[in-house]
Amino acid sequence: MTQHRKIGDVILQAEAISLSFGGVKALSNISLEVREHEILSIIGPNGAGKSSMLNVINGVYHPQQGHVVYRGKARDRMHPHEAARQGIARTFQNIALFKGMSVLDNIMTGRNLKMRANFIQQALYWGRAQREENTQRAYVEKIIDFLEIQHIRKTPVGRLPYGLQKRVELARALAAEPTMLLLDEPMAGMNVEEKQDMCRFVLDVNDEFGTTIVLIEHDMGVVMDISDRIIVLDYGKKIGDGTPDEIRVNPDVIAAYLGGSH
Amino acid sequence: MFYRESGQFKSSYAADSAIFTIAQDRVFIAALLALSFVAVPGLASDYLLSGILIPFLILSLAALGLNILTGYAGQLSLGSAAFMAVGAFATYNFMVRLPGMPLLLALLLGGLCAALVGVAFGLPSLRIKGFYLAVATLAAQFFIEWVFTKFGWFSNYSSSGVISAPAMQIFGYPIDTPASKYLLTLSIVAFMALAAKNMARASIGRAWMAVRDMDVAAEVIGIPMLRTKLLAFAISSFYCGVAGALYAFVLLGTVDAQAFDLHRSFQILFMIIIGGVGSILGSFLGAAFIVLLPICLNLIGQVFHGAISTQFLANLEMMLFGGLIIFFLIVEPHGLARLWQITKEKLRVWPFPH
Amino acid sequence: MEWQFFLEVLVGGLLAGVMYSLVALGFVLIYKASGVFNFAQGAMVLFAALSFVSIQDMGVPFWLALLLTLVLMVLLGVGIERVVLRPLVNQPPITLFMATIGLSFFLEGLAQMVWGTNVHGLELGIADEPFDVGGVFISKFDLFAAAVCGTLVATLALFFSKTKLGRALRAVADDHQAAMSVGIPLKHIWAIVWGVAGFVALVAGLLWGSRLGVQFALTLVVLKALPVLILGGFTSIPGAIVGGLIIGAGEKLAEVYLGPFLSGGIENWFPYMLALLFLLVRPEGLFGEKHIERV
Repeated sequence: MTQHRKIGDVILQAEAISLSFGGVKALSNISLEVREHEILSIIGPNGAGKSSMLNVINGVYHPQQGHVVYRGKARDRMHPHEAARQGIARTFQNIALFKGMSVLDNIMTGRNLKMRANFIQQALYWGRAQREENTQRAYVEKIIDFLEIQHIRKTPVGRLPYGLQKRVELARALAAEPTMLLLDEPMAGMNVEEKQDMCRFVLDVNDEFGTTIVLIEHDMGVVMDISDRIIVLDYGKKIGDGTPDEIRVNPDVIAAYLGGSH
Repeated sequence: MFYRESGQFKSSYAADSAIFTIAQDRVFIAALLALSFVAVPGLASDYLLSGILIPFLILSLAALGLNILTGYAGQLSLGSAAFMAVGAFATYNFMVRLPGMPLLLALLLGGLCAALVGVAFGLPSLRIKGFYLAVATLAAQFFIEWVFTKFGWFSNYSSSGVISAPAMQIFGYPIDTPASKYLLTLSIVAFMALAAKNMARASIGRAWMAVRDMDVAAEVIGIPMLRTKLLAFAISSFYCGVAGALYAFVLLGTVDAQAFDLHRSFQILFMIIIGGVGSILGSFLGAAFIVLLPICLNLIGQVFHGAISTQFLANLEMMLFGGLIIFFLIVEPHGLARLWQITKEKLRVWPFPH
Repeated sequence: MEWQFFLEVLVGGLLAGVMYSLVALGFVLIYKASGVFNFAQGAMVLFAALSFVSIQDMGVPFWLALLLTLVLMVLLGVGIERVVLRPLVNQPPITLFMATIGLSFFLEGLAQMVWGTNVHGLELGIADEPFDVGGVFISKFDLFAAAVCGTLVATLALFFSKTKLGRALRAVADDHQAAMSVGIPLKHIWAIVWGVAGFVALVAGLLWGSRLGVQFALTLVVLKALPVLILGGFTSIPGAIVGGLIIGAGEKLAEVYLGPFLSGGIENWFPYMLALLFLLVRPEGLFGEKHIERV
């Protein structure tokens, strides 16, 4: 129960978010809050708008209505790279690694934000550029150790099995030293052992770095175990918000999951 | 047996990210540089220098430029020749209109002009992708060709838009013999190739490849699309611009805008496909291949002299290039550079592959 | 008679645009069915026209020559599908595009190696002379070309909506995997599409050939078709027609009214700039489908 003690204030508020593609409503009037240091899970059936919600949070999609307030600042339209600069990193449902690059280079892209050398210094590989390469490499090696992927660091990511690719994607996100980490189904398609590893990493990240984590996951066992709070979406609407115990007994959630009310 | 890395341990991250991590590679490249800087200018015939080596080096530089944009940053361009033209005409104007302008400075400024034009035509890449963008770069190709043909100002009102190389010298040494031209070209190309390699292994290179492989994920990890793509356009065009200026003044002496037509753009694209997309070495291998193939065909033609018409050879050359492009895309999409790499891997474990 | 002159330029431009649409049509067919952006369409036009006149020069009568060329083009299309595209299936679109650039060079070399590089005249029996419609002069040949193009589009539209094969083609265009899973033989379909594209290239080759003479420059009509495609969208047949009309009219009007201020010769780049400006406003083209990126 150490986790509950450290949870801080609200750092992100989504207020009355509505998003649609053409005529299809993906999200309607959704509000939610994320607190510092917590592990928040978003669950719901396929097509409920979970990924869309993450995409709104880090600026990939721009909602037609509503806005996101992050650390007290409201924002309307922003590029994903600005969200990254504010400390929001994420992984994707369908692995979005850079296929033509090695594991090491993939993770190094997570450090790009920390590098200040201009392209002329880089072209000459002199002074700041060279120093930065080495110091950032040292940090990346720490992440590599943390996620136990030392043996594959020079392997092209395309050649890795699925479970390892998911882990490399997490490593890339962690390399950016995020304050908030958005994980889109990090355990989908994994076997029990791989799931256990991934759970351990998620909890460790939360514990050691104090990273706030917003997670989409289908495995109810995992969600109930590791979450501080759970939000339930269904057909683009929020139907539940509370601790795992509260969600377990929420009649709307039960109805949605058992298919009663639709 | 001799190409073996056992016993060579890396004890720092700097050593691990060096360009040539294996000692034998370092020896080889040092020998190659010594050979090309010292032995070749003294021993090679004028034909070898002006007919093969100089065009090879200049086209390698243009291929490097396109490879930065297409191979690393993933933005297909069919307008490389247009940016070469900008470099050539800009350098010419700097030299003719500002007497006493040093050659190297004029080349640098010419390259910068090409970079600016490259950025302008790179702007659409923010909204459009893939072959939409490729077609958009054709706009640059045709528009720039037209500008240099139609407006006499750019060619200093010379007859029919032809520009001729002014007398060139560097630090008082005249650049007028094949050997001196070769050394000038070699120095510039070697320096710029090293710079390209450095960028490719540093953060800007990773940003380019990230945008190429998965642009949404690149943005999400904090890579600004606008700056990364435009920088690729700028640097790529700079390389093409310098190559264009060298092509005009060092290789040909006199050119008009037609020397930088769509055909030239395709030629450079073919170099990187055959040599290796996304490879510095591949740019050189591809250029060597494209320069040597017609020469070899001509030699064959001379052997059968009379029996084979030049017309036939020209068509055969087109078919060969076209066929090779298809062949490489199907069989080895990473081109000659990958074949070379595979050979090295084999050599590393030879003669005991297991 | 300022407006009459304007009208004449406009009509001339629109009719010339129909010729562009004709080439663009071949692109759209292949792109719809196989996702390949076929840069070699221009080389196919040259190949078709050159084959036709060369066969005719051997003393073969018009209709037989037409038939023979058609067979040749269909064989060529099927061959391309088999040798070039099938090994490249599942490659990124940009790789396929580069392969068709290579193909374009190969076909240009092949056509000229087999049939020679001489410029041939091609006489379809339609005089390229203007006639008067209420004070506006219109070229007979242009009208004929427009009529041929209209017939072709109508035939293709009927083919796609009324025949079983056509419906299968549309299914393939929508979703390769789904089409395969309901039992549509993908390989045959692609071979057929390339065959049809060969036929369209033949029609375009005859019309363009009789306009410009059958020669190497015919491959350059591909460069006229590209802006049309950007404007109209890669997947839409109506888009190819409307795009062609806009580019044709825009090009002629610009040449006449803008050209003198820019010392002429703008027809090479103007369509591209027009298409480019348009792209910045609407990246998916006039009739293209809007693409939503899912992550």
